Amino acid sequence: MTATSDNLSMLEAPGINWRRQIRFALVGGLSSVFIALAGMPVGLDGRNIIQPVLSMGYLALLWVPFVFASLAGSVVILEGMSERERDAKDLAAGALVGLGSSAGLIILMVLIQNFNLRDPLVNWSPQLLDLLSFDRSTGLGMLLWLILGTTLGLLGGAMHVVPAKVRSRILAVALAVLAVSVLETFLTDLLEGFGLETLTDFIYYKRGGLEVSGAIVVAALALLIPLLVGSKIEGIKTRVVEMPSEERRRVNLLLLTVGAALMLVLPFFLGKITNELLANVGLFVLLALGLNIVVGLAGILDLGYVAFFAVGGYTTAVLTSPNSPGFSPELPWPVALIIVVVLTGIVGLFIGAPVIRMRGDYLAIVTLGFGEIIRLLFLSDWLSGWFGGAQGITNIPGVDVGIGTVKGTDPRSVFLLVLVFCAIAIYVSWRLEHSRLGRAWMAIREDEDVAEAMGVNTTNTKLMAFVVGAVLASFSGAIFSAKVGSIFPTSFLMLVSIIILVVVIVGGMGNIVGVIAGALVLIGVLGGPKQPGLLQEFSQFKLLIYGALLVWMMLKRPEGLVPNVRRTRELHQEEFLQDAWLKGEIDTDDDEDSQ
Amino acid sequence: MSMLEIRDLSVTFGGLHALKNLHFHVDEGEIVSVIGPNGAGKTTFFNMISGMITPTTGDIVFEGESLLGLDPSQVTERGIARTFQNVRLFANMTILENVMVAQHCRTDQRVFGALFQTKSFKSEEEAIRNYGEEVLSFFGSRLVGYRLDQPASVLSYANRRRLEVARAMATRPRLLLLDEPVAGMNPRESAELTALIGRLRSEWGFTVVMIEHDMSVVRDVSDRVVVLDHGETIAQGSYDQVANDPKVIEAYLGRPVGSAVADDEEAP
Repeated sequence: MTATSDNLSMLEAPGINWRRQIRFALVGGLSSVFIALAGMPVGLDGRNIIQPVLSMGYLALLWVPFVFASLAGSVVILEGMSERERDAKDLAAGALVGLGSSAGLIILMVLIQNFNLRDPLVNWSPQLLDLLSFDRSTGLGMLLWLILGTTLGLLGGAMHVVPAKVRSRILAVALAVLAVSVLETFLTDLLEGFGLETLTDFIYYKRGGLEVSGAIVVAALALLIPLLVGSKIEGIKTRVVEMPSEERRRVNLLLLTVGAALMLVLPFFLGKITNELLANVGLFVLLALGLNIVVGLAGILDLGYVAFFAVGGYTTAVLTSPNSPGFSPELPWPVALIIVVVLTGIVGLFIGAPVIRMRGDYLAIVTLGFGEIIRLLFLSDWLSGWFGGAQGITNIPGVDVGIGTVKGTDPRSVFLLVLVFCAIAIYVSWRLEHSRLGRAWMAIREDEDVAEAMGVNTTNTKLMAFVVGAVLASFSGAIFSAKVGSIFPTSFLMLVSIIILVVVIVGGMGNIVGVIAGALVLIGVLGGPKQPGLLQEFSQFKLLIYGALLVWMMLKRPEGLVPNVRRTRELHQEEFLQDAWLKGEIDTDDDEDSQ
Repeated sequence: MSMLEIRDLSVTFGGLHALKNLHFHVDEGEIVSVIGPNGAGKTTFFNMISGMITPTTGDIVFEGESLLGLDPSQVTERGIARTFQNVRLFANMTILENVMVAQHCRTDQRVFGALFQTKSFKSEEEAIRNYGEEVLSFFGSRLVGYRLDQPASVLSYANRRRLEVARAMATRPRLLLLDEPVAGMNPRESAELTALIGRLRSEWGFTVVMIEHDMSVVRDVSDRVVVLDHGETIAQGSYDQVANDPKVIEAYLGRPVGSAVADDEEAP
């Protein structure tokens, strides 16, 4: 028996599952209420997406009916199944989900008007009611929500009725408008660097957000550009893919060089705020790349990774600052860096040696403990003669690189320095992944006992992962302390470890591009543990969004934003094998009759 | 002197004697089969030689040196490789990577070589790759060509078993421990693998110890058969000697019945 798709009858996907629609409607309603009571609408109202039509606060509620309706309508189409004809019923289903979502808000409005629960629920406030009723009477507000929710739900349902091509166009336009609005600080900064203030003035409203006309222009561009050049790009792509490997390598190399050159020039066109922001992103890219080697490649779940960042930062501070309380050699930064790298490597060995004998949950908990121990040591009175305890170490000088000094007051120089170290980290990760050591790490991740039986010295190999990860983190720590100019134990909370891990997971474990993407999205847009991102208004909801994002990713896309091929296979092995089987790629024992 | 010598070896798990006062030896170039009913201690015996379990008493001597206290990776480095009864490949690594990683203890490039792409690093990678392909081509065209870059998880059951053997071969052992190499294969496939086991000795110079339930394979390939029951050696010798040993028949069938060995062949 050979498995080919032609001897499978085409099954039609099942019809609308009303139970599922109602469940989504209820969850949508609850989510809306939760978002409202978490304070997002009020807290984010100050930030405009499109002035004066849409603020971030309203967007925080309005996405719910649309997205939930479209999620409720989506069906998994397996190989050999044909998609069902969509009709008006699907629209009705969408509208139902939308209605459910807004019904939650309407009930909330009634409750707020009649009861006072402000004591436990801080956001149970008149401001919320005003906002929910669009600054008009409550009755009118309720009616408006009813209409809005149903319409948006209808639109969400309609996404499945229109052809897939149209759907992706609509999504692209919506995302483009949202992205241009969110990236406002960055884009105005960049365009100003090129002397194009008129353009920004046209697109953006002065106190944040897009102008309506600007939004229309952006939407039109997002619609037209793919139509005009989309096919050409596709053509180039296929041509590159079909090239012989020698030539393809040259093209890749060229792209890489151009990309690197652009990155090096970029800081000179950016203003202070954006440079600062990107420098922070870069520090987290460094950390995440290091953790990626430990978690992504070797499969050691390290929850105390911040320890190495702290050791790197503190060692630099002690070695370079004149204010270092105990020992103050005031070395220049580059010399200090060498000592920092060696010392952090040794600390990595010391922490790693007991830790890697454990596996799974135990290992995670022990690393968590070590992360805290290191921070508490820096905070302790016992070592305050060396590290200043809670007062930390101040007056850390910048990095003297000959043509200038890299210091926190000049974010551009910091960003350039970070870029150089990121390049080093990327190179290290890439080379190690494709080496004898990288293969051994992967084997350990797959099956530690078998790796050991196949001659891999698992203790040394895992220690090596720990040490390489620690060294990359120490780069980040060294730049961090020179950038900030002072260093305190509070910069190295456990939260930092968790955030780095979230960056790695959301971005795509085991993938360098994924890790960078993760850092850009999470740290750049939402902000790091203390560093503000592009959406500064989000800072108080940052952890909520991190959590929600993590849960969603784990459920729907555990391989991350930019997945690693191998990891995707691991996580979706059943689907992968089923797919391969249906396409006839799988190797069956019966094949051997023909051999 | 024999290549592997096991002296008075016992393993106890709590109060249970998994292996009791075992004496065993393998000479260079031999193919020895270890048989015995389920729970006789055969896999424990393998786990112990490969260093995954430490024996309670006794000694294991390989080429004149004791293996006691060595990690599994060190045992592999000394030249003993094994396969697993329940196939345990690195399922998400490619077929080529599976045999490449197995050469870990025969190669020594570290971080420095990888980072600076030194000449020795490149030539070593090349050598690892070539040797990997050579090992894989021992099994005909099944594991090479376009298969090289496919993940091991797409392989058929029989091919996974073959890849397991290939991976063990890639560690460049002198002694190969095969744990039920033909389990689950159909008669034709197992006959083919039996022939390959013979070639492992004649072409690659490996000494082979194998656990096997399939008596036709045992008969065809082994120089000597060792029978374990309840952790003890109850018989050893040529296939015919062992097959007619009343103790063996008792162990398999529970009570002595004339010449009932024929039933064993359908037993696995």
